[in-house]
Amino acid sequence: MINHTPVNAGLKPTIEVSGLNFFYGNFQGLKHINLKIFDKKVTAFIGPSGCGKSTLLRTLNRMYDLYPGQRAEGKIIYNGRNILEPGQDVNMLRAKVGMVFQKPTPFPMSVYDNIAFGVRLYENLPKGEMDERVEWALNKAALWTEVKDKLHKSGLGLSGGQQQRLCIARGVAVKPDVLLLDEPTSALDPISTAKIEELISELKGEYTIAIVTHNMQQAARCSDYTAYMYLGELVEFGETDQIFMNPDKKETQDYITGRFG
Amino acid sequence: MTNAVNPIYRRRLWVHRIGIGLSFLAMLVGVGFLAWILVMLLIKGFSAVNLAMFTQNTPGSGSSGGGLLNAIVGSVLMVGVGTLISTPVGILAGIYLAEYGEVSWFAKVTRFVTDIMLSAPSIVIGLFVYAIYIATHIGGFSGWAGSFAISLIAIPVIVRTTDNMLNLVPTSLREAAFALGAPRWKVVTMVRLRAVKSGVVTGVLLAVARISGETAPLLFTAIGNQFFNVNMSRPMASLPLVINNFTMSADDNWIILGWGGALLITFSVLALNIISRVLSTPKVSG
Repeated sequence: MINHTPVNAGLKPTIEVSGLNFFYGNFQGLKHINLKIFDKKVTAFIGPSGCGKSTLLRTLNRMYDLYPGQRAEGKIIYNGRNILEPGQDVNMLRAKVGMVFQKPTPFPMSVYDNIAFGVRLYENLPKGEMDERVEWALNKAALWTEVKDKLHKSGLGLSGGQQQRLCIARGVAVKPDVLLLDEPTSALDPISTAKIEELISELKGEYTIAIVTHNMQQAARCSDYTAYMYLGELVEFGETDQIFMNPDKKETQDYITGRFG
Repeated sequence: MTNAVNPIYRRRLWVHRIGIGLSFLAMLVGVGFLAWILVMLLIKGFSAVNLAMFTQNTPGSGSSGGGLLNAIVGSVLMVGVGTLISTPVGILAGIYLAEYGEVSWFAKVTRFVTDIMLSAPSIVIGLFVYAIYIATHIGGFSGWAGSFAISLIAIPVIVRTTDNMLNLVPTSLREAAFALGAPRWKVVTMVRLRAVKSGVVTGVLLAVARISGETAPLLFTAIGNQFFNVNMSRPMASLPLVINNFTMSADDNWIILGWGGALLITFSVLALNIISRVLSTPKVSG
């Protein structure tokens, strides 16, 4: 990997991926990935469908564990230990590395309980503090004013954009270190998308964010670092400005400018 | 209709009309028979519906009057106990299949056996319970034996509905719950099961409707009782058994009571089906 600017200059990585290989049965989905995800920065993963960007994201909270036949090799160092090791408590890991999915996934319960569900898993808060936490999380996700009068109505009754912000609030409410966003706006209209993007800029002051997106403008607008992936390999990784204005590799240039394939 | 001149379009139009016509005919046949059954039951059984039907026991042969109290109570007790046994077993097994059905061979075998059980002749279930419980002198002909037999009929229905319903929950919802660090049992109960609870309740109600009409499994187990009995360890009357015995008899009073029982049980099952349909109507549930 050749970079114009050293991407790790003076920055602390939250997650360090090294020599990561990932397999779906016999198919190798990720090939020898080395990457650092920096603290309180937004890292965007771009690349054509099937390039492994979502797969990479799903190794960071070991979501692949749910599916037999999927396995990862290599190292993902978080908090000083390799989370791929068998001794890692995946529930504790996922409480610290939250995830928001492509389609909004509100639970079949009230707006309030959607937020409180995750909090109750690890904290025993009295009602007053729980109320505060719910309000805090909904404020973080810029949703409070829209739902404060329907906290006890079903989360399924909200609009798509509101549901996605509810999911972000739910992720934020458990106070994680890292938020993984897997194409969080691909099912949303432009106005909701703009709101989520604003939200990402707000949140990055406090959280380390990794976002998978098919939208080049979104990667350019929201992220500090960008990783371009192709066929399971990390082709290029660097500061977003450099990747978009002056990429090292021709493939990156072609993909970004739409001259791909 | 400017396109009607196009022969391909015209052909499609006729295929459409014939298809709709045949579907409508099939619907008429189904609804027609249902209406016929209901009208017949009303004509033959309505004269038996009176207060005595609910307050008096089945009369002896050749006597007049009497009611179905012992049979109604017996049916309610055995269906109640059968439901209490089959609901937890069925839902837990359904959860097991939905959670592990794709990976464990044991779950695959269980699912296969459940499907066989679904279509097993109910008389075989009755014989089975007779063979393992009564013929072995573990117990006699009793309400317990009857309840056990009908719970074996209800369990596969509940297992299959629970399994099917849980599999309707999108993977993304399940992953979202895991992504918060929720342990598996919480994901299943708080999120997955909750998302389909009306469907699972519907499955249970349909199973109840199914077992309340079962006669064959009770023939060799509960066997029937002419007298009022709430002791589950003794032979017990049930509506389907009484209908079976009375309508086949030569006693006019029995025949009328039998039809009354048939009317009662049919409308109860119809009511259960309507309730389950109302419950399963898609709605945003909190």
